[in-house]
Amino acid sequence: MATEVIMPEMGESIAEGTITKWLVQVGERVERDQPLFEVSTDKVDAEIPSPASGTLLVVHHGEGATVQVNELVAIVGEPGEQPETQSVAAPAGVEAPVVEASEPVEAAVEQPVLVAESAPTQEVVVGEDSQLVDRIRQFSSPLVRKMAAAEGVDLSQIQGTGIHGRVTKQDMQGYLERRSAAPPSTVAPPPAAPASPMRTAEVVTAARRASVGDFQVAAYHEGDNVEIEPMSNIRRLTASHMVYSKATSAHVSTVFHVDLSRVAKVRARAKQGFAQTHGTKLTFMPFIFKAVANALTAFPNLNSSIDGTNIVHKKDINLGMAVALDWGLLVPVIRHADRLNLVGLAKTANDLAERARSKRLSPEEVQGGTFTVTNPGVFGSLFGTPIINQPQVAILGIGAIEKRPVVVNDDDGNDTIAIKTMCYFALTFDHRLVDGAEADSFMNHLRRTLLEETWSELDSFQ
Amino acid sequence: MDWSYLGTLDYRRSLALQELRREKLRAGQANEALLLLEHPHIYTLGRNADRADILAGSDWLQSRGVKVEECDRGGQVTYHGPGQLVGYPILDLNPDRRDLRRYVRDLQEVLVRVLAEVGLAAEPRSKSPEIGVWVEGKKIASLGVHVSRWITTHGFALNVNTDLSYFAAIVPCGIQGVEMTSVAELTGRNLPLKDLAALCVHHTAEVFQRRPLAMTSEELMG
Repeated sequence: MATEVIMPEMGESIAEGTITKWLVQVGERVERDQPLFEVSTDKVDAEIPSPASGTLLVVHHGEGATVQVNELVAIVGEPGEQPETQSVAAPAGVEAPVVEASEPVEAAVEQPVLVAESAPTQEVVVGEDSQLVDRIRQFSSPLVRKMAAAEGVDLSQIQGTGIHGRVTKQDMQGYLERRSAAPPSTVAPPPAAPASPMRTAEVVTAARRASVGDFQVAAYHEGDNVEIEPMSNIRRLTASHMVYSKATSAHVSTVFHVDLSRVAKVRARAKQGFAQTHGTKLTFMPFIFKAVANALTAFPNLNSSIDGTNIVHKKDINLGMAVALDWGLLVPVIRHADRLNLVGLAKTANDLAERARSKRLSPEEVQGGTFTVTNPGVFGSLFGTPIINQPQVAILGIGAIEKRPVVVNDDDGNDTIAIKTMCYFALTFDHRLVDGAEADSFMNHLRRTLLEETWSELDSFQ
Repeated sequence: MDWSYLGTLDYRRSLALQELRREKLRAGQANEALLLLEHPHIYTLGRNADRADILAGSDWLQSRGVKVEECDRGGQVTYHGPGQLVGYPILDLNPDRRDLRRYVRDLQEVLVRVLAEVGLAAEPRSKSPEIGVWVEGKKIASLGVHVSRWITTHGFALNVNTDLSYFAAIVPCGIQGVEMTSVAELTGRNLPLKDLAALCVHHTAEVFQRRPLAMTSEELMG
């Protein structure tokens, strides 16, 4: 006889667990009480023993899957058994729960206080033949069946949200709460009854308590052709940080078209000698870092943070530089960027990027940034509007550097079209602290430095 | 509940000791136990851990003599080392305490009471990923638990005189930007681990309603 393995009750208010490891593989033999899989919930990792001896026939959820309590996880039986049909036909009561719930009915799951007002009043399985309804009942967990028996509830009257429409503990609790909120005599109270004054007040209160931010869209539906992969931690942390940043700062972006012709010329002339002398390549980035550090010195507000209603002025200029890696994004920090010359900036930036790629950064090297520069241009982007790296208040995105035709005014006052090395710089700033005029002044300062600076430091290279 | 303060114990040996005690307890050949000890420098990765949470490179780890081990507790990355009191309760939650969240809450309660005795107002945080015990917005104790047929292993780590710089090399518990603290940092006193161990025994016994039975480390490890 095949036995269903369900996600066990692990305690009050624990509605789900994540399967971290299968200790037995499909087709392998397992003894009753032998650990079958491991489940992780918050800080606890639990081994779940097999409820019966036999062969692990079917695994419904792989490692990394988050499964509701009482949902079907696997089937243990004898080789050759037809798991699907067997388990559907299995009479109620045969499958013992892996762990018996100590207290069957706990008001555990948070239900909106006035759920009876807003939820569809009664969910009845419509248009299903009685055989299917029977099956749904049989599929429900022993706990739910016990609750149903104790409360005198016909399970076929409840729309299940579990796998294959099984009625879960939450469904049952929701049903019981709605039932107790409804007049005792009516099994199915009519929906949308004309509101009494009392009811109107309740609806208003409910609306105030509810939030418009509750809107959610399912990522997929059952039966869709999808594959589920848990996020890596760095992915999850990046996701949290980005959402946190968007929710924290008042993001505004401003875009400048920056003439890098002079930088390009100086760089072209110096790069070979620079590489020979200093053992590292000279890219556009050290020039940009230098100009950014100068502009931050002139506009220190962009090198600060917000703490409640205080402004935290950062006395050091520590430039974060975003480095894209195969497994995510890291932002190592060039400390005291304002004190470094081009050689120092080039060496530091190249060294940090190299060690970020080979995972040899020490932790303090990714902390303490006061302003971030990111470079989507290397991937061909004209410009992007980056998200602020908290707790900073601004981030600069460097677009693709390329030769473009631009209109210039010559010495005689004639307009001509010239070929220039150009780049879009996009600054995203936190409007809580920085106003547009200041952000644009900062950008003008940056643009002018890059346009006019002669970079005499590199004169020795021919 | 047998208990002993075992001094410094290698991480792997402590795992073996816990598993042995669990199997004996299951077979009815031994009492429940509370192991109290400190580990040499080590980063341990729980079931939900990501190697990327150890920010330090292998050179740095080697130069500071820090080991890295994977283990079967819940939670993510943490650090253990000298000056940190580690408690491993091996308790049978059958039949009356079969609730994982309650167990975590109870462990937090033990730590809150212990910290109250040294004059610190600690706050248990039970929302993932902040689960642990915090004082003044900084985390002072971490939790990570394994349960096998309702018998617990692993447990808690309380920073007493811990060198907190070791936490900088990891993303503790996967929370970026979390600040760790210690009893020494908050009170300015260097309390012996043994004293805090005794407080842990007292409050564990109270919260879990167990009778503490002092053992020598030889008895407990034998």
